[in-house]
Amino acid sequence: MKRYECDVLVIGAGPGGSMAARFAARHGLRVFLIEKRPEIGVPVRCAEGISRAWMEEVEIPVEKHWIDTEIDGAKIYSPDEKSIVVLSAEQAGNEVGFVLNREYFDKYLASLAAEEGAEIWLKSPAIDIIKEDGQVKGAIVRKFGENVEIHAKIVIAADGFESQVARWAGLNTVLRERDVVSCVQYRMTNIDIEENFTHFYIGSCAPGGYLWIFPKGENEANVGIGVALNKLHEPGEVKRYLDEFIEKHSNLRKGSVLQIVTGAVSTCPVPKRIVDNGIMLVGDAARLIDPITGGGIANACISGKYAGEVSAKCIDNPTKECLEEYQELVKKKWGRKHLRNWFVKEKLASLSDGTLNKLMDVISQVKIGEISVRAILEAVQEKYPELVEEFEDLL
Amino acid sequence: MIRAEPSICNYCGACVGMCPVNCIFLDETVIKINEDKCVKCGFCIRGCPMGAILADWWSK
Ligand SMILES: Cc1cc2nc3c(=O)[nH]c(=O)nc-3n(C[C@H](O)[C@H](O)[C@H](O)COP(=O)(O)OP(=O)(O)OC[C@H]3O[C@@H](n4cnc5c(N)ncnc54)[C@H](O)[C@@H]3O)c2cc1C
Ligand code: SF4
Ligand code: SF4
Repeated sequence: MKRYECDVLVIGAGPGGSMAARFAARHGLRVFLIEKRPEIGVPVRCAEGISRAWMEEVEIPVEKHWIDTEIDGAKIYSPDEKSIVVLSAEQAGNEVGFVLNREYFDKYLASLAAEEGAEIWLKSPAIDIIKEDGQVKGAIVRKFGENVEIHAKIVIAADGFESQVARWAGLNTVLRERDVVSCVQYRMTNIDIEENFTHFYIGSCAPGGYLWIFPKGENEANVGIGVALNKLHEPGEVKRYLDEFIEKHSNLRKGSVLQIVTGAVSTCPVPKRIVDNGIMLVGDAARLIDPITGGGIANACISGKYAGEVSAKCIDNPTKECLEEYQELVKKKWGRKHLRNWFVKEKLASLSDGTLNKLMDVISQVKIGEISVRAILEAVQEKYPELVEEFEDLL
Repeated sequence: MIRAEPSICNYCGACVGMCPVNCIFLDETVIKINEDKCVKCGFCIRGCPMGAILADWWSK
């Protein structure tokens, strides 16, 4: 088998992998970034919504060519669609700001990695890991049909939701049924939507998840749904939920579908271990998606940066102990937040449409600037005192 | 018997990440399932967004 040597091998050229490769290469390391697909960013498996706040932190200059729409805020609809909670971009957190064009965005991030000197290989799936005496030392890669060995001091697994590299290496990224959300999305054209808002629908239209409409420009949008695996009973059910929703909404029913996107997201707290001797996990492979929003692009980029920088520090001593610095950074950033959001997600998934309707009715009447846990609780107490007990722990 | 029907599969890899025993591999655009390792949990069957995974032992 042909043999290659490098300092850092990054597996998967999504946002997490490209950023890891970029920051490792910036420190003068020899970096390979390998991707199994024939084209970076294609096919898209994403609703493409992001906020703008975090981009500076990871030094991504905003470029017009990968932005499809700028978003002013989010609208959340109650199950009966009678109450709408409007959130401004700052309040809506992870999911508003831009609707991206990820075909371009992912390529742009890979080009930032290439600029720093990372070498990119396409059509090169990792098919196994090389491990000697408990230390990950590279991977077997099928480069254009030929199996080769890539030996590396550090492997960064950025292989997304599939997260196989981690499991080959012995790290546990297995998800519980309740922490998997299965998604279908149509890119639709010739529909009527409010263009400068993202729209979210909750309740029994999307059990354990939500339905979204993210505008991609005039008359075009990503219309998608995520449903929790523990709420799915038969094959193809997710798609049926989406089709039913579209059928019920005349503004969407008249449209046409340009693309079918499928995929899944994790909605779990941060796993216990995301590093081992010679290996770090980033992005979706490390299960860093926000359990409530399902957003993971920002977290993939930020964790990628952390991993790239820690590899520079540990390159001569790539032990678990040294790489734990990366794990600590990740836990500090998302450990508590994702645990809290996981609880909220579980609670929301348990509420009936009736309860959600009442809750949303109250929240939609609290003035935007005054939305706080206390203001909501007080308003609930006033209007629906019988409900206070049910989500006191949630609020 | 368990397999992904290529005429329905969208090669998104969702089933790969769901499988608790890591016995599914997305070989570029082709889903391969290692039947010897499969524990018949049905996650991939219910969770595949397209409903592309078929198994003769599956019943709801
Ligand atoms: C339907 C849907 C909608 C979403 N919407 C949003 C949203 O609106 N906003 C948001 O922030 N997030 C969203 N997400 C989540 C977001 O897409 C991910 O969090 C993000 O892509 C994670 O980036 P990553 O680099 O970790 O992984 P990915 O982007 O998944 O990249 C992983 C890469 O690794 C490659 N790969 C896998 N295995 C191998 C292998 N063995 N060898 C070589 N290469 C391999 C894959 O081909 C892929 O290119 C959504 C997800 C889904 C499924
Ligand atoms: S989840 Fe379904 S559509 Fe996606 S790769 Fe697996 S079988 Fe194919
Ligand atoms: S039935 Fe369960 S064990 Fe078998 S392939 Fe599907 S997810 Fe894996």
